[in-house]
Amino acid sequence: MTLWKRFSSNTGAMIGVIILLLVIAIALLAPVIFPKGPWQMVQRPFLAPFSTDGLPLGTDTLGRNVAAQLAYGARVSLLVGLVSTVVALLIGVPLGAVAGFYGSWVDEGAMRFTEFFQTIPNFALAIVLVAILEPTLTSITLAIAIVSWPPVARLVRAEVMSVRKREFVDAARVAGLTRRRILVAQVLPNTVSPIIVMASLMVATAILLESSLSFLGLGDPNAMSWGYMIGAARTVIRQHWWLSFLPGIAIVITVLALNLIGEGLNDALNPHLSRKARA
Amino acid sequence: MQIAIAIFSRLVKAALTLLAIAVLNFFLVHAAPGDPAVVLAGEAGAADEAMIEQLRERFGLDQPFHVQLGKYVWGIVQFDLGYSFRQGAPVSQLIAERLPATLLLTMTAFGISLACGIALGVAAAARVGKASDTMLTTLALLFYATPLYWLALMAVLVFSVWLGWLPGFGYETVGANYTGLTRLLDILKHLILPALTLGLFFMSVYMRMTRASMLEVSQLDFVKTARAKGLSGPAIRRRHILRNAILPVVTLAGLQAGQLVGGAVLTETVFAWPGIGRLMFESLAARDYNTILGVFIVSAAMVILFNIITDLVYRIVDPRIGATA
Repeated sequence: MTLWKRFSSNTGAMIGVIILLLVIAIALLAPVIFPKGPWQMVQRPFLAPFSTDGLPLGTDTLGRNVAAQLAYGARVSLLVGLVSTVVALLIGVPLGAVAGFYGSWVDEGAMRFTEFFQTIPNFALAIVLVAILEPTLTSITLAIAIVSWPPVARLVRAEVMSVRKREFVDAARVAGLTRRRILVAQVLPNTVSPIIVMASLMVATAILLESSLSFLGLGDPNAMSWGYMIGAARTVIRQHWWLSFLPGIAIVITVLALNLIGEGLNDALNPHLSRKARA
Repeated sequence: MQIAIAIFSRLVKAALTLLAIAVLNFFLVHAAPGDPAVVLAGEAGAADEAMIEQLRERFGLDQPFHVQLGKYVWGIVQFDLGYSFRQGAPVSQLIAERLPATLLLTMTAFGISLACGIALGVAAAARVGKASDTMLTTLALLFYATPLYWLALMAVLVFSVWLGWLPGFGYETVGANYTGLTRLLDILKHLILPALTLGLFFMSVYMRMTRASMLEVSQLDFVKTARAKGLSGPAIRRRHILRNAILPVVTLAGLQAGQLVGGAVLTETVFAWPGIGRLMFESLAARDYNTILGVFIVSAAMVILFNIITDLVYRIVDPRIGATA
């Protein structure tokens, strides 16, 4: 079976893809659907959902359009989730590859370094980094990347260690390829599929992390985000619970979709493993 | 003897890690935009010129970089985490006052999530493919995707505001002045919602892991042997599969401890739980960097403590693991 066939036969994964495509569409079209942006006051505050024409989800504590806020929040969540994952891969993949391929003291040093970052409570480190660097989209993305790369490094190291013992690597060595070329052109391409699976799950975790930071008031003050919405509505939860409820649902749905996709990819890319787990 | 050596080497490693975090803290203070003395003093206005001058002298900000670093790290070695100008007290004192609440919360959440996670994972694996397994896995997937703080808020809304079953705020009833057993029960009542909401996410992680691990081990040859000997299903699961399947779960639990401690910041913020996480949140708004960094280093120490605990648990579960591991 081809990869796509295996992936598309997984109902959960396909639901995930559809949800994610919807969220991406909303994020991209936000400026078209809501040209006024998420910050402008449009009506009285605290209008309930479905009560006013043109404001399907009502207004928040300052009379801003909740639907517009959610749409613009999707942009921030997806952007931070994606970019921070890419940055985390850029740190973790080379470090893990070098550690696993060269072994000995390189491995020892790289793994001590990784272990150190794994010991530090990652959310606390993210808070400290964003608080000290001042909350901007860049510092938030960077902080999330800095706390997310260690599992990547460990995974890539383990994969490289197992691949480098295979015969085709010996063949490449006999053919006279340099060690660096063997690592980059022969070994690394064979570790791509577990990295893809991990990356899709990392985007989900990054979205949760970003929303948690904004909830604590560490979001970019110029970017509307779901976590900020929940944090801002927290004080009025007794009277206007839907203001905290709706952005949370948006987060759950998006993160769930990404997790479903990650699981689907895992099953499709490692059919042997998934059969074992399902048996 | 072997265990003593193992514990000693763990403690040395822990001390080195903490030292490295202290160095990291130092660099973070210097990475902050602006004068480090002002950064340490907190928001402008919280400290006057004389105080900043005093700080500059104490941290030797006019001295070479490595001398500054040495002074800072030496201070931390002596449990001197600096002074919070915002709260008007040494940071170590502020943290010491609030640490018991955090330890109570995280330990309870850790215990609940590990116990329930393993139990549910075993149950799901035993009914693999059936409706109850699907339900459990779906629930775990859902909790895994739910932001901790939002789940906490919704729990307050439902169980405290709407149903009025449990208190959703604080550590004990303010002004009630309970003593003895009544006070203990009161604290326990306040503990339920924070501990459960903090534990649920990790419970789903441990459950998924236990389930996968149980299914993997149940394919191994020694399980077939046990079955061939005529042992009953539950006996095989409990005595043969679980014992082997639980090892990766315990490893994972140790690795996840950091996330648990970090998650406490969110839980404590929502429930106004008077622990160090709440202290960190309050310090964020006040830009009280000394306190933020102090909480950071103490929470790292807590993670190391959790790691040592899981290491000991590991030894109990699997006696084959000697001092070399």
